[in-house]
Amino acid sequence: MSLDVQNLDRETFVVNLGPQHPATHGVLRIKLTMDGEYIVDAEPVLGYIHRMHEKMGENRSYAKFLPNMGRMDYVAALFNSHGYVAAVERLAGITVPERAEFIRVITCELNRVASHLLWLGAYLIDLGGFTPMLYAFDDREMILDLLEAVTGARLTFCYFRFGGVANDVDENFVSGTRVFVARMRSRMPMYEAFVSKNIIFRKRCEGIGVISAETCRRYGATGPVIRGSGVAYDVRKAEPYSAYPRFQFNVAVSDLCDNMGRYRVRVDEIVESLRIIEQAIDQLPGGPVMAEKVPRSLKPPKGDCYFNVESARGSFGVRVVSDATENAYRLKLRSPCLSNLHLFRECSRGMLLPDALAMLGSLDLVIPDIDR
Amino acid sequence: MRMEFVLEIARVVLYVVGILAFVGFNASYLVLLERKGSARFQLRHGPTEVGPFGLIQPVADAVKLLCKQILIPKNVDVILFFMAPILVLLPAILCMVTIPFGATIAARNFNLGLLMVFAFAAFNVFGILIGGWASHNKYANLAAARVVAQNIAYEIPTLLIVVAVVMVTGTFNLQEIVAQQAGGFWRWNILRLDLNPLQPVAFLMYFICLLAETNRAPFDMVEAESELVAGAYTEYSGMTFGVFFMAEYTNIVLGCCVATVLFLGGWQCPFGLVPGPHWFLLKMYALCFTVIWVRWSFPRVQFYNLLNLSWKILIPVSLANIILTALMLKVF
Amino acid sequence: MSLSAIKQKLAEIAVRSADAASPVPLAVDTAHAVRGTDLDVTVPPERVTDAARVLDEAAFMLESITGVDFIAEGQMEVVYDYTFTASGERVAIRARVPRAKPELPTVCGIHPGANWHERETHDFFGIVFTGHPDLIPLLLPEDADFHPLRKDYGA
Repeated sequence: MSLDVQNLDRETFVVNLGPQHPATHGVLRIKLTMDGEYIVDAEPVLGYIHRMHEKMGENRSYAKFLPNMGRMDYVAALFNSHGYVAAVERLAGITVPERAEFIRVITCELNRVASHLLWLGAYLIDLGGFTPMLYAFDDREMILDLLEAVTGARLTFCYFRFGGVANDVDENFVSGTRVFVARMRSRMPMYEAFVSKNIIFRKRCEGIGVISAETCRRYGATGPVIRGSGVAYDVRKAEPYSAYPRFQFNVAVSDLCDNMGRYRVRVDEIVESLRIIEQAIDQLPGGPVMAEKVPRSLKPPKGDCYFNVESARGSFGVRVVSDATENAYRLKLRSPCLSNLHLFRECSRGMLLPDALAMLGSLDLVIPDIDR
Repeated sequence: MRMEFVLEIARVVLYVVGILAFVGFNASYLVLLERKGSARFQLRHGPTEVGPFGLIQPVADAVKLLCKQILIPKNVDVILFFMAPILVLLPAILCMVTIPFGATIAARNFNLGLLMVFAFAAFNVFGILIGGWASHNKYANLAAARVVAQNIAYEIPTLLIVVAVVMVTGTFNLQEIVAQQAGGFWRWNILRLDLNPLQPVAFLMYFICLLAETNRAPFDMVEAESELVAGAYTEYSGMTFGVFFMAEYTNIVLGCCVATVLFLGGWQCPFGLVPGPHWFLLKMYALCFTVIWVRWSFPRVQFYNLLNLSWKILIPVSLANIILTALMLKVF
Repeated sequence: MSLSAIKQKLAEIAVRSADAASPVPLAVDTAHAVRGTDLDVTVPPERVTDAARVLDEAAFMLESITGVDFIAEGQMEVVYDYTFTASGERVAIRARVPRAKPELPTVCGIHPGANWHERETHDFFGIVFTGHPDLIPLLLPEDADFHPLRKDYGA
């Protein structure tokens, strides 16, 4: 169902979707020009939770900025930290011990599973189904407990340090993670039966919110959005970093291009993440978790570098420009959600409001990550 | 003569109080059942604090709603704004008058009871339409437009199905319809395959229509909280919202009552033993629970699929149902 | 298109180094593991659209636009980060504009995704992207008349 908005000569009206609206998951505002329930134009208005993290990155030392990274994409906070510490390490030439890289991968992938589970629940709520969220949160709770034990936080993690991680993991974490992987595997068929095969869910996803691979490229959309459109672009494979090259895993891709494609990618990604976690736990090497001789006040040499990681939402990039002082000269944080949301305006034209909101939900937006 | 008059007055008062109590009790305790039920579906506990197992929770809810300020937004049409919740609740209560809870328990035994139920039930849509329109809110307006399209689409198959049942029973009198189904569950209209082999399908369709007519998930287009914030109820607060809420549950009870009477044999026992109001309530609450069950199991359908379901599937099938019933009646 | 072919094309656009007797184009192969990019090209500001067109034809994706305020040199730098989704190669295009008059053409027409990145850069640095269809604040309030990431902005 769509409307030809090009040749519209009828009266339209404007609806403010947000900044407080159940479907926008936070303070996103979308200015909708509508003809009945058809969307003629949808202009996202950003900045309601803008905190100028990039300025904060410039006026405090590298280490003092670390906690800020958990406040951007708070649903998958470890990826932001990972991108930031890795960018600074790259610039300062710090080598991270193997064990620390493994722990980073394990915790990041756990965070990815947690993030996708949260998305799964929230997306079903967007579609009007309330129950799956609680099941997803039940599983997510186990991850949060595991991560809490090693990082000390449940949401806004600040665990990675320049040259390693803050705490070593213990035997409880290792065994707990094994238990979680087994449990999560056994839960996947339930999600498939409960959600994927539900006829109403399929009607709301299949063929709705089609985004072509070319649109994704032109707008810079990454992560499950571009993979749901058939492009196997995953930073973990394209620019292997950390310990990822050591593990066997597939890039989850779907060429459906619609909401269902993005849903499938995320669900398959949970399974792939479990594979990575299992391998990393099995191969976890011994040794220190912090590089030796990382100076207390880090002063990377003059210059700049770029580092990006595959966050749960796409390619999260950090460009650090250093002038050899304690503070970064410039810190650019490239948020995946900003680009993912950008294509909404073009793709939602002519759609019905409920379908457009189903597509908005399938983009998996975290508003503080967009506004930074 | 005088004695009869006094008795009649006493009877009316008794039934008015009885029906209001029944409606109020159901509206509040179905909410509790819904909260408890949804909690069980969702690995939660639901309300536990107020009273044992949270049984006093509806009282707390009612007190809260009554104490809340009723906000009247700017530019609303005040008269219509306040008329809307009453217009939704009142017909639902009126319909209760004719529901036969037992062989002798019915406020009024109308000959045209069934007709009256559906005449008043159709008022539901006016209330929500007026409320959505008077709210002066774009989301509410969209919801008002939706509710008209949805209710018209589902009124038709509901009535077509009921017509087929009436053709079988030959009466609009609810008491008589129940009385005809005496003798055991194989005598219930839902299983009268000898009269119409499509009867179970008709019941299923009636149940779908019931969900749509009462605006329950997965057909809750009127509220659609992730699309239209709270739809037609967006601007309502305090007890004005509470009345809408009561009306929703009263309509569910009413719909389930009618389904019980039409298809499940009303107060008849499934095995022909000890008929009575307990059977009626048991069947009715089982249906109510199913309504709740469906809500917590399915996401919301798209609006156009909702209309497609009605116009492309339910209406043709219910028309076929009528023709089949007519043929069966004529041939056998 | 291979990276070397892209480099050749970009080298034609790139600015020449001024120091040596024989000026070479500022298109540098960089080690991905060290700098995060494979190719680092500095172009004159008026030619960023040409560079963008080359990369668009090669099916590169514009990932972000970074502004940097080099106040000591009286210049501002704009860095366009490109990535190739099929193999993960990265190209950075740099353009330097004078701080007094920070203007360069928009690449919105080539990459629609640049729209918001340019608006953001305009928010933070006051760099004007000429030809941009809608250069209003994106993240800052709509009446913001300051540019917080300029080094002379006190905060």
